[in-house]
Amino acid sequence: MRRWIVLALLLAPAPLWADPTLAPEPLSYTQLPDPRQEAAAQALMQTIRCVVCQGQSIADSDADLAGDMRALVRQRIAAGEKPEAIRAWLVQRYGRWVSYTPPVDALTWPLWAAPILLLCVGGLMAGTAFKRRRR
Amino acid sequence: MSLRTIRILLWLPLVGFLIVLGLVLSGLIKPHDTSVRSQMVGKPLPAFALRSARPGQPPLASASFADGKVRLVNIFASWCVPCVVEMPQLAQLKQAGVVIEGIASRDKPADSLAFLQRNGDPYDRIGDDSTSAVQIAIGSSGVPETYVVDGKGIIRAQHIGPIQPQDVADILAAVKDAR
Repeated sequence: MRRWIVLALLLAPAPLWADPTLAPEPLSYTQLPDPRQEAAAQALMQTIRCVVCQGQSIADSDADLAGDMRALVRQRIAAGEKPEAIRAWLVQRYGRWVSYTPPVDALTWPLWAAPILLLCVGGLMAGTAFKRRRR
Repeated sequence: MSLRTIRILLWLPLVGFLIVLGLVLSGLIKPHDTSVRSQMVGKPLPAFALRSARPGQPPLASASFADGKVRLVNIFASWCVPCVVEMPQLAQLKQAGVVIEGIASRDKPADSLAFLQRNGDPYDRIGDDSTSAVQIAIGSSGVPETYVVDGKGIIRAQHIGPIQPQDVADILAAVKDAR
């Protein structure tokens, strides 16, 4: 019997274990009144990774912590903070992993150079293949 | 193409297959760790002042950590099942003389107090972090999480997930290291 209970608990999805009863922050599900500020907040939220539902942005995620992060982003945008400053603040806490827009630097340049290089290689291959056929 | 190059090229699919096989096996032996480590370890606690979840008690403020005493900061919630698992271990740490400050994540104070009544209350002070603001500022990605904060208010270590009986010795060692 005990084995089955443990098995059932293991099979239950993790979110079932954790459900805060407190109502979500108003700004996590409400847009800012100023459309320009809301657009800036939206653009930032779409490029910040949720630390609970990893793989979703905080704009997409329904996790409570993502909601709190959306509220934090909107509050700071409304207070006049620049989106990139908020991103830097979050990166300082969770690491570069939390941002969906990797900057170009010594570590990440292959990420940006690889598509261009591959395109060049593909172009060369196509060029030689066409030349061969023409002969 | 000469026959020799063709013969060498014929091995390429096998080499590719072995590379993929190696990747799969390495993933089976050492699965990917999805826990998000806080980058705040080694840095001072972010500035905060949380009102107490206990009525009439002083707030939990980051400034009060720089008094020379090593503390544990434990982020918990009444709605968090794994938090129940670590309560006996927190009591054990308290008995060993470790000061534990609690941060109640996304909770009503009444719920937090009812939770502690059921499971024991190891906390010196409890800050009410109803908007997860301090949790985010500290770089925590869930409950429960425990941080070792030294006498200067600098975060020295992070423990993700419930403190299991086998983790107590590690936590005590981390507290000793922070002294």
